[in-house]
Amino acid sequence: MKLVCPAGNLPSLKAAVDNGADAVYIGFRDSTNARHFAGLNFSNTQIEKGLQYARDHQVKVFVAINTYPLPSDFTHWQKAVDRAAELGVDALILADIGVMDYACERWPELNLHLSVQSSSTSHEAIRFFAEQFGIRRAVIPRVLSIKQVATLIEHSPVPIEVFGFGSLCVMVEGRCFLSSYVTGQGPNNFGACSPAAFVRWQETDRGLETRLNEVLIDQVGKGENAGYPTVCKGRFEVMGKTGYAIEAPTSLNTLPILPELLRIGAAAIKIEGRQRSPAYVKQVTRIMREAIDACKADPDNFTPKQEWMTQLAALSEGTQTTLGAYERTWQ
Amino acid sequence: MTPDTPPIDKTRKRLSLGPVLYYWPEDQLRRFYNMAAESVIDIVYLGETVCSKRRSLNTKGWLEIADMLTRAGKEVVLSSLSLIEAASELATLKRICANGRFRVEANDMAAVQVLAGKSEFIAGTTLSIYNTHTLEKLAHLGVVRWVMPVEQSRDVLRIFRQKMESSMEIEVFAWGRLPLAFSARCYTARNHNLPKDNCQFRCLDDPDGILLRTREDDSFLVLNGTQTQSALTHNLVNEINDPNIDIFRISPQSQHTGEIIKIFHDCLIDQQNIDQAVAALESFMPTGPCNGYWYGEAGMLAGCSTS
Repeated sequence: MKLVCPAGNLPSLKAAVDNGADAVYIGFRDSTNARHFAGLNFSNTQIEKGLQYARDHQVKVFVAINTYPLPSDFTHWQKAVDRAAELGVDALILADIGVMDYACERWPELNLHLSVQSSSTSHEAIRFFAEQFGIRRAVIPRVLSIKQVATLIEHSPVPIEVFGFGSLCVMVEGRCFLSSYVTGQGPNNFGACSPAAFVRWQETDRGLETRLNEVLIDQVGKGENAGYPTVCKGRFEVMGKTGYAIEAPTSLNTLPILPELLRIGAAAIKIEGRQRSPAYVKQVTRIMREAIDACKADPDNFTPKQEWMTQLAALSEGTQTTLGAYERTWQ
Repeated sequence: MTPDTPPIDKTRKRLSLGPVLYYWPEDQLRRFYNMAAESVIDIVYLGETVCSKRRSLNTKGWLEIADMLTRAGKEVVLSSLSLIEAASELATLKRICANGRFRVEANDMAAVQVLAGKSEFIAGTTLSIYNTHTLEKLAHLGVVRWVMPVEQSRDVLRIFRQKMESSMEIEVFAWGRLPLAFSARCYTARNHNLPKDNCQFRCLDDPDGILLRTREDDSFLVLNGTQTQSALTHNLVNEINDPNIDIFRISPQSQHTGEIIKIFHDCLIDQQNIDQAVAALESFMPTGPCNGYWYGEAGMLAGCSTS
């Protein structure tokens, strides 16, 4: 079970490498990847430095080109694939069928991973990408119970990577239009959920309001933490009650089920958070490394250390964590 | 071509009735499709696309309705589940794909895999098809009709129309609350304080889903079990002359669907009626209109236009 860590810049990449990542995933500085935020991601020179640093430490580098190009922009995605291939990265993480088709024709030797953004939740969906494009790994959406993940792994034609920690998409990835419904831009067509340009924080008599393109997502009283205004984690009124109708601000944390993920044969555990700081990457990587090593050494007696859980909660949205859809009761 | 699929008349624009996205009891579904059989609708999509726990009709029941509609001269398509999680859902999917008579609308990549290279099929609105390279690849594997994802704009559609073979039919989601997201979690159960595994089928209480408002009382979203929709109704009747659209999809709602079909049909025949139609249709919207996606804007915006 490998540990795959996020890096939004060179210091984060180094933090991941230094703290025990088996692989780091990164993106180019444009909308070809799903963390298209200002000031984030890698220029060519930075990638070359990062690749060298990772190689010197026997760590792999994956490049995410996992958004969906519109017809007019397709060549830009092709160029991104070429660039990554020429840099000699260890794998490309792709979602779009057209881009995958191009990558496997043009660069047949290239190692392709299926992005979570492809929204493939069953072994039949994964088989499509394996048969058509020869993908060698699939990252699966955060919608399956642990039992369903086990069944999928059992029947999947390729190794499966699962999410282990980080911000939680509660909707199936790659098919969520909540952000584009409100702003016109979303993960699929722009590479970001709730782009910062549409976010407004405003101190009012009623408290701190958070708005997305003027839609009131949340309103918090003094002393309360205001989360980033993603639609799925706002407070709304449903059937006469106001609350987190979809989900509260929270992060996924799989430490409690690590032995189970190992037992069912998850090939890799992915940490979310290319948009987070090098300090976050450092801490989460270190904890997950320790936990995976402890779990592999003695899976039957593994329990997550309290200090790991506390530290991870402190790095989480709303300072709380959940097992998400892995746990049937969450659904 | 399967034996029960009537030859397609590509010379005229057509109307389709999308799958019922809500949980309606069996008698309501049967009454609804009897209405459809007598209506001027050309194509009817049948089946459960949101939640596999909804079982007003089993596959056999759906096929009975498919037969009835075929006898009434409608083209019938069987729609597949949009989010597949359980092994039992894959089994149902395979049964639907192997029906041997009706075309299938693939709403998930598992359905694409089961159908690819074996029969002609329809690429549903929840498949991530954003560029012509993707659609061309799928056309080689059997896709003959594409229902555009709701967040795509008319400008994108125009490029598709220019680049695709003319045999590819293009359908747009022309009327209804927009399907925006799917989840493992059931929001209807959550808001009734029930676990999904014991949801007591509370979706039956709300034939058009549950309204979610912002704390400023704006109608924002609709919770429909594991699906989240727009509260506003997407309406493209204004675009009835758009040369790039072959089929206008009307998404069923519990009230007035028959009248909505009729108004769209009247506009197809005589475009003079459009202004009147817009006014009449607005009275059938539970909370108001939107059309932003079509113009490349935020989906929730209304009153967007070309100028």
